[in-house]
Amino acid sequence: MIYRRRASPLHAARAAAGCAYCLALAIATLMASNPIILGAVTVAVLAAGAAAGVGRPLCRAALWGLPVAAAIMLVNALVTRDGLTVIVRLGNVPVLGHTDVTLEATVYGAILGLRAVALILCGLLYTLAVDPDEVLRLFRRVSFHSALTATLATRMVPILVRDGRRLAEAQRCRPGPPPSRLALMRAACTGVLDRALDVAAALEVRGYGAARRPPPYRGGVGSYSRHDAAFLASAVALVAVSVVARVDPAAAFAAYPSLRLTAGPGALLLAAALVVAALLPFADRRGL
Amino acid sequence: MAMVALHGVSYTYPGAPAPALRDVTLEIAPGELVVVAGGSGSGKSTLLRAISGLVPHFHGGTFAGRVIVADMDTREHGPGEVAQAVGTLFQDPETQVVTGTVRAELAFGLENRGLSPAEVARGVEEAALALAIDHLLDRSTAELSGGELQRTALGAALAGRPAVVVLDEPTSQLDPVAGDELIGLLRRANEDFDATIILAEHRLERCLGAADRVVALADGAIVCDASPAEFLAWAARAAPNLQTPGARLLNAVGQSPAAGVKRARATLRRAGLLPDGRTDVEQPRGPAPPSPWRARRRSRTGHAATPPALTFERVWHELRAGPAILRDVSLSVAPEERVALMGRNGAGKSTLLRHAAGLMAPTRGAVRSAGRVALLLQNPTDYLVHETVADEAPAAALGPVGLAGDAFAARHPRELSGGEKQRLALAIVLGDMGDPAARPAVVCLDEPTRGMDRDHKQELADLLDGLGSAVVVATHDPEFAAAFAQRVVLLADGAPIADGSASEVLAGGSYFATETARILGGAGGALTPADGAALIGLRAGAATEAIA
Repeated sequence: MIYRRRASPLHAARAAAGCAYCLALAIATLMASNPIILGAVTVAVLAAGAAAGVGRPLCRAALWGLPVAAAIMLVNALVTRDGLTVIVRLGNVPVLGHTDVTLEATVYGAILGLRAVALILCGLLYTLAVDPDEVLRLFRRVSFHSALTATLATRMVPILVRDGRRLAEAQRCRPGPPPSRLALMRAACTGVLDRALDVAAALEVRGYGAARRPPPYRGGVGSYSRHDAAFLASAVALVAVSVVARVDPAAAFAAYPSLRLTAGPGALLLAAALVVAALLPFADRRGL
Repeated sequence: MAMVALHGVSYTYPGAPAPALRDVTLEIAPGELVVVAGGSGSGKSTLLRAISGLVPHFHGGTFAGRVIVADMDTREHGPGEVAQAVGTLFQDPETQVVTGTVRAELAFGLENRGLSPAEVARGVEEAALALAIDHLLDRSTAELSGGELQRTALGAALAGRPAVVVLDEPTSQLDPVAGDELIGLLRRANEDFDATIILAEHRLERCLGAADRVVALADGAIVCDASPAEFLAWAARAAPNLQTPGARLLNAVGQSPAAGVKRARATLRRAGLLPDGRTDVEQPRGPAPPSPWRARRRSRTGHAATPPALTFERVWHELRAGPAILRDVSLSVAPEERVALMGRNGAGKSTLLRHAAGLMAPTRGAVRSAGRVALLLQNPTDYLVHETVADEAPAAALGPVGLAGDAFAARHPRELSGGEKQRLALAIVLGDMGDPAARPAVVCLDEPTRGMDRDHKQELADLLDGLGSAVVVATHDPEFAAAFAQRVVLLADGAPIADGSASEVLAGGSYFATETARILGGAGGALTPADGAALIGLRAGAATEAIA
């Protein structure tokens, strides 16, 4: 799951616009408490992934995230004492004490789980659709040392994946019983240190430590491309709709003490607005 | 005014018992192409790291003397600042590629120099076009092959036309075609842009023809600093292991050594040892060596007494969403036969060896072997996971590779030299050679001579010779193939395109050929200097007889 340039509007947008867009989706996820709005954000992220050509890994991640969501729901249902509608009486449970599972705690746990999955998807969309080299360039202008650490870390990931594959292949070539996991772990750790030194030396001789302020990327183009503008506008719209959804009584939601969900036309309209705001930039496929 | 100047430079790595550089004084003029020669551990890489500023800033240690590069004293300017004028390329391209796409990689160094966006874009385009990697610009660096990575790393070093380019064995991962192309590119950068090129190489035959000057190191000190021809004359007297095959051939026939195939051929022609305009030296007479190729053909038709050690029967390997890596490969290796697999980067050599060892399964066809297949992959360090040499392999396996005894048994595997690591990894995959049941029927090695000097290559060839198993080696090194192999299989695009005795295959081409074969134009199938000298001697003798 690494970034690969694809013919999509999100890949064509500059990293700053891509970052802002993914960040706005994440903000929308965090601000949404109404399950209709949260569901709409999740759908919007998945649809944006599909439109960017990375739908399959996003769907796979969503499936992997379902057990995480279920676990969050279960834990919340077991540890939260709020809620009036008891659905299961477990009595005295070791460690937890007297436990009654309420409908409210279960539903709120499910919402927290869905939010976690949606956040994972936002992060994955960023990973797959925003050029990490451009992002590092952006941050380098802000903080040299953070960018250096991030550069080393991002570069080390594919190197270590290759090293791990090679190590595994080499061990398959050994006759007799395979080495212990401890020995393999030790060898892998030693290899990581060697590799990190090599990469750091390469960065040095490529002038990374020259402390010259790097030029703005993309030729310092003052004018933003149509995709840059579209995704930046979408990010602003997403945050605006999220704020409205948070404060508007039409999309109000409260889990405790008893469930109170507003699912009228106002909430549905805001949910639709979020999806449209998220997907509109993908409509223009010129200049990919 | 020198572009690079070292004055009395001595350097010892932290914790090292002996200095890696000893009182090195050297001046390199702008526009010179200098080859740094020397055996493994002679200090070549350290010298290059001192020029790029990594020594001592990055490595630490004890440093004395001064290194001045493009008017920058490395005592006052770190490697980041020195990189403004110096492009550097090390051996392993995997660790030198620091960004996600080829375009970003080529732009990275230029941006660090603070160039304007237009200059960065132009530098990227020029470097990509010069190295013929423009079609890779938007590819992810994680998807590139070893050869493509090396070209990308070289492009990053050359982008923006640095005043000095420092390269540490840049051709070690490249096939002969790409290696020759790279040397040509360096010569062009040197001639067109007046770049000062400093190049450390083990395969001197590849680069001496393009060099202006050779600096030879031994134990960290300069032992020769001369023109290529003078260096070869010096090497003949003082360091025979640094001689090129062409120089050894000329020495053997009583001629002064000359750098490069063209000059060597001209020398022979002037001496009347090579006919003008053509190179059809008569084939040497005498009993033909036993041809394993013919034995293999007999075995195919069922007349051979012993079954083959390894057989590929119409093997295909097709990627699910990609091209076929192997295409209908049918090969058979006889017991104790020594086979070299050659071909360009990406031709399918490594994939074929992985199929032989069972690491990969064919999508069509079958691979059969008469017993266990031992495979030594490219990086021997991947095999070393224990704390001592004795824990890595049984004593019976360490003996045949020359690592027997208490001196080695207690050492940490990662502290061994490159050649020793290679032998230890070979011992690991060979297993207990004293047990006939455990002895492998076939031993496969993938690029075992990468970064090795001539002495270590000869040691490896001798070791493989005495194994008593069939040996298949994938290599880019025609000189090693000539020294070791009875048979050479040339792969292209996943299929064998030539299969015959070493002299048939390696003397018949221009890229996959030894220097001796290139000088003699493939005459007589002579591959090594000794073969070539014998051939020339035969011809001279025949001419003398004719005159008499």
